[in-house]
Amino acid sequence: MQHMWNFAQLTDLIHGWLYETFPPAWALAFEMIIVGIAVIGLFAGLGLVLVLMERKVSAFMQIRLGPNRVGPKGLMQSLADTLKLLVKEGMTPDGVDRFLFNLAPFIAMIAAMLLMAPIAFAKDFQIWDLNIGVLYVTAISSLNVIAILMAGWSSNNKYSLLGAMRSGAQIVSYELSAGLSILTVVVLTGSLQISDIVTAQSNGWWIFKGHIPVLIAFVIYMIAVTAETNRAPFDMAEAESELTGGFHTEYSGMKFALFFLAEYINVFIVCAIGATLFLGGWMPLHIGEWTAFNGIMDWIPSSVWFFGKTFFLIFLMMWFRWTFPRLRIDQLLNLEWRYLLPIGMVNILLVTVIAILKWHF
Amino acid sequence: MVEEIGTTDKGELIINVGPQHPATHGVLHLVITLDGETVRKVEPHLGYIHRSIEKMSESLSYRQFIYATSRMDYLSAHINNHACAMAVEKGLQLEVPERAQVIRVLMGELTRIASHVLWWGAMAMDIGAFTPFFHAFREREMINDIMEESCGARLTMNYMVPGGVMYDIHPNFHRRVKEFIAQFKRKLPEYDELVTGNTIFRARTRGVGVLSKEDAISYGCSGPTGRASGVDCDIRKVQPYGIYDRLDFRQIIGKEGDTYSRYLVRMQEMRQSLHIIEQLIDNIPEGDFQAKTKAVLKVPKGEYYSRVETARGDFGVYLVSEGGLTPYRIKYRSPGFSNLSALDHTVRGQKIGDLVAIMGSFDLVIPDIDR
Repeated sequence: MQHMWNFAQLTDLIHGWLYETFPPAWALAFEMIIVGIAVIGLFAGLGLVLVLMERKVSAFMQIRLGPNRVGPKGLMQSLADTLKLLVKEGMTPDGVDRFLFNLAPFIAMIAAMLLMAPIAFAKDFQIWDLNIGVLYVTAISSLNVIAILMAGWSSNNKYSLLGAMRSGAQIVSYELSAGLSILTVVVLTGSLQISDIVTAQSNGWWIFKGHIPVLIAFVIYMIAVTAETNRAPFDMAEAESELTGGFHTEYSGMKFALFFLAEYINVFIVCAIGATLFLGGWMPLHIGEWTAFNGIMDWIPSSVWFFGKTFFLIFLMMWFRWTFPRLRIDQLLNLEWRYLLPIGMVNILLVTVIAILKWHF
Repeated sequence: MVEEIGTTDKGELIINVGPQHPATHGVLHLVITLDGETVRKVEPHLGYIHRSIEKMSESLSYRQFIYATSRMDYLSAHINNHACAMAVEKGLQLEVPERAQVIRVLMGELTRIASHVLWWGAMAMDIGAFTPFFHAFREREMINDIMEESCGARLTMNYMVPGGVMYDIHPNFHRRVKEFIAQFKRKLPEYDELVTGNTIFRARTRGVGVLSKEDAISYGCSGPTGRASGVDCDIRKVQPYGIYDRLDFRQIIGKEGDTYSRYLVRMQEMRQSLHIIEQLIDNIPEGDFQAKTKAVLKVPKGEYYSRVETARGDFGVYLVSEGGLTPYRIKYRSPGFSNLSALDHTVRGQKIGDLVAIMGSFDLVIPDIDR
């Protein structure tokens, strides 16, 4: 039964067929094209799903119905919105730095797409299982700030500039906390490779195995990535009641949509990484040596586990967004430098001690 | 005149906030000077929604001019109309029937709640929380429905006439108000849970934008904005009108004068208004809802002043009559204008985020400022 859901068979089949039919160089090129199309498709699909989910979740919290006119239960709403944005004029205002202005949304999008590579969507279903997966993720996710700074600077708009500067300060600060909390899991696993981290959780997820320090790391991670993706209550960069639109004030049409999609993809990615590191990724809920229980859990396909956990974390982030007021920029930086970072540092020491003494389960 | 674009010679940014900006709740235009994130100066520019209501009132009859004031502070349209009606009644020396008095106060307090509820949602939205706005509208909608039934309109009710109210209350009025009281009592603690008790909200508002008692008096701040600074300025208590002297309610006075205390004063005022409504709803006396008046009103020559406590503060009507069919001159004292004048003083040295929070706590309604 579970083999039916195994993506590895499908990928092996395609891989085998390509290498039989074409010379290796061509086969590799075709594989790259297939992967590229799959990533773009996933990118667009996830964007649509997440936008719709955000609108439905916010509607639920705000005693509204949310989109309910286009398609059954409003399911086609975000498709219609995207189509509208696609056919809109790609306007470039006068007085902007045209090259950087037009480049910025693509950098945001490319950074988001690159982050898809090391994520294990299901058992044996991963684009690129590189041995420094976690490092790769932290490195590439920093690229996003370049896009935002570029957009804010080139827009020739003071609101954009303020938004971009805020965002720069914010992302650079919170990256530290996010990095430290990711490190806790790396220390426990002893590997930076995503597949190793997932396999290490086959007898229980790190959030359960790692005692309270890992729980603290998880909480810090969630706070830090909410700030890193510029979402409320840390949406300083946009802060529409203060800065109208923040860094994307001057953007419209598809260029705006790319920023918008990139934001949602970033949300998906940070939640996916969070789910992988702390909640076991595609690994079903296993408890130690309870073979019977573990066997039952294995019947649920690994992709369902992965997406279930990821979407649960995404829901958490949406919940934050629609219930909390926004922090002020100085309070935001205080929170990071005065509280999260010191706690994170002490926490990683504790985790290191736990890992050395093998106190974790 | 400040240069509209660019920077000052000290290298400070000059930014136009408004006239189209999400935080100004209307067409207020603020020219702010920024040093990084810190606000150095705020210069309000008015006039984008000036309709010269005072001049217009001079060509409207004594029955008509009242309704121009609905378009000033549209969130307390009822209470504005009340002040105008009272000025005319003073001139004509009309005795307003008891039933009309009670209905006026009931409607006025419902309006106050509706206004404060909307302010609550808008303030939370300024600080970055969206959800409270929709929760606020759920309760506001109930009041709007009550207004619609009895007055025929939801926003600019035009219900007051010199000598009473235009129509008698709708048969459903009693039941609907009872329903509203029950609902609002259940939901008020939820408001506190959602916003008042929130750590981020407190951090954003406590100690932010402090307006001292002396400054509040010298800028002429009134209403919740003045009372939060400790000024004893509730017209309903200081200079009671209508039947307010016979009602049991408290004047809410804050101490700190910061954004949080302005917030708390309004939250408490909603409870007091609810208390007033509870006292009156079962005791609406029978009788006329309007005094007998002539078809054409002519206010005797003289000067008349009446003031009421709107949701935003001390609203005054100064009416000069030459004995003709229309007022000779009308001057409105709107609370929003004086409250706005304290903004620059309060905001200096705070961050941009605070500017928005402080503006939210002043509860500015732009048509009230511009008139």
